[in-house]
Amino acid sequence: MSWVTFFQQLMNGISVGSLYALLAIGYTLVYGILGLINFAHSDVFMLGTYFAFFMMVIFLLPWWLSVLIGVALCAVVGMSIERVAYRPLRNAPRISALITAVGVSFFIENLGLVTVGARPKGFPRPDLMKNVYVLLGARIQGVTFWVPVISILILFVLFYIVYRTKIGIAMRAVSRDMETTRLMGVDVDRIILYTFALGSALAGIGGVLWACKYPQINPLMGVFPGWKAFTAAVVGGIGNVVGAMLGGFIIGLAEILIVAFFPGLTGYRDAFVFTILIVFLLVRPGGLMGEAVREKV
Amino acid sequence: MRKLFVVVLCVGLLLSGVASAQETIRIGANLEMTGAVAAYGQMIWEGINLIREIVGDTVLGKKVELVLVDNKSDKVEAANATTRLIDKENVVAIIGPAISGSMLAAGPICEEKQIPIISATATNPLVTQGKKFVFRACFLDPYQAAAAAQFAREDLKAETAAILSDIAQDYCVALGNFFKEEFEKRGGKVIVEQHCKTGDQDFSAQLTTIINANPDLLYVPNYYTEIALICRQARDLGYEGIILSADGADAPELFSVGGDAVEGLYHTAIWDATKGLNDIGQKYIDRYKEKFGKDPNMFGALGADAYLILINAIERAGSTDPVRIREAIEDTENLDVVTGKVTIENGDALKPVVVRKVEGGKFVFVKTVTVE
Repeated sequence: MSWVTFFQQLMNGISVGSLYALLAIGYTLVYGILGLINFAHSDVFMLGTYFAFFMMVIFLLPWWLSVLIGVALCAVVGMSIERVAYRPLRNAPRISALITAVGVSFFIENLGLVTVGARPKGFPRPDLMKNVYVLLGARIQGVTFWVPVISILILFVLFYIVYRTKIGIAMRAVSRDMETTRLMGVDVDRIILYTFALGSALAGIGGVLWACKYPQINPLMGVFPGWKAFTAAVVGGIGNVVGAMLGGFIIGLAEILIVAFFPGLTGYRDAFVFTILIVFLLVRPGGLMGEAVREKV
Repeated sequence: MRKLFVVVLCVGLLLSGVASAQETIRIGANLEMTGAVAAYGQMIWEGINLIREIVGDTVLGKKVELVLVDNKSDKVEAANATTRLIDKENVVAIIGPAISGSMLAAGPICEEKQIPIISATATNPLVTQGKKFVFRACFLDPYQAAAAAQFAREDLKAETAAILSDIAQDYCVALGNFFKEEFEKRGGKVIVEQHCKTGDQDFSAQLTTIINANPDLLYVPNYYTEIALICRQARDLGYEGIILSADGADAPELFSVGGDAVEGLYHTAIWDATKGLNDIGQKYIDRYKEKFGKDPNMFGALGADAYLILINAIERAGSTDPVRIREAIEDTENLDVVTGKVTIENGDALKPVVVRKVEGGKFVFVKTVTVE
């Protein structure tokens, strides 16, 4: 393999990895605060692309406005899911909430299949995202530069919210001890609602960026990216935001490089990713950064 | 002498009049008129009736009577319908179910009772395998892949090829394998073979590997969504060679998802509804548009083909004996039907494969390929 090809594959890996990273942050945020794996996250991700798509195609709004509205609608959907499906189970065993999360996920997917149909739609992209640039012989799409930038921006915003605002203090308190926080006079339900709004908005942003790279949207588009981002969150140490990003890049690079170095194994690409998950769960269940950094968001 | 001639003529006319009045040729239609794939059965039925309006409904001087039985898109019903058509309706031949599962249920009954059955669209290889009385009017995946390979070598002059096929679909895997076999038999070389899976959205790793090998042609025998995304990413990654695909590309989503990246894409197709390959094909298209106000579909055209093959066989057999009709069907050679010239070999149809190219956001007819 030539250097240029290797570099191209590396860029391919970083490109897909950064998208997993962005999605993984959403999983890890909700888990860090509630201890709940929100399986509906990948479906909110799908909804984000559809909201933006319909704003563009039906209401003919400009791209950036459609995306903003799409992300805002995702936050609303996230809060509704929390209110309807998770809040009634707040004091139920964890397994009930987990199964409910899976149920919500299936519900949204099938609702999508019934209402908009299974046939894929093409997602319109601005030139900024779809133009191809050549860097050291490797061809890189515009969106690949934007995703890490946006992810890091999001990271800063998250750190600011969590460490510098009152809501953030309350979020951290809820993640330590929900009952005591409630006794301190904090409206716990509202804080959790905000957490879901934040996490779902992240899913919406992730969805739109994903659609910029792979301009094909369908009701099941979130399923595999969701599983991989979840794997990334676990590999990085679930509950840890920096770990989630790291995990995303590792998963992205791993699945690209296995194809690059072992072209005969292309069929095992996904199997390989989930093997990593199993190995991590067996050897290091806390993930890469789960133990090193105690502080959870 | 002249008197005698008139008498003979009169007697002859009388006899033939009596024959056509009393005796009709009954052909069964065992189709999916309701149920899961009702659209297929209905389109085929539409095609059969349309072609009867064009070529008439008589053969050997007798009227052809169609006996339609709905198999409800169900295997058991398809078997029952077959038995009923043969035992109760006394048909001499049957136009069989559209889908392979039902055709596999109907086939053995026809085999046992020695009544020829022909399906318009059942593509599973097992449908006709090892059977004498079972036929189909469509070609099979190996034939389509062979045509693609021949087109790639002879017309596109490709020396090297890469294949990126979907391992989750039997259809795609089969096309990929048969393409490779035929392409190499014709002196080309498949230099890299990569796989993906239905629902995959990222093909960058596979495509980078392929581009690194620098093939003249990339064969992507997948379904339209994957084809669109593969074209998009291949072009973004700098691939400038030819991309060739199969009949799975034929969907409007190819253009909405693929956009300008699918421009120049070639694909093999069963039929091109905009252009008749022969006189009867053009008549069918014109008549269909006139009657229904839209472009004709492949199912109807193949239904019409099945009917034409049967009628032609009965005519050549010169009899309504099912065994002789069967022999005549098997001997069908270069018969002009709606989708081109058809030859029957071991129960399967061989006919020209249509090659089309994407130009200006739509498919444009390029040529037909007959595998040599």
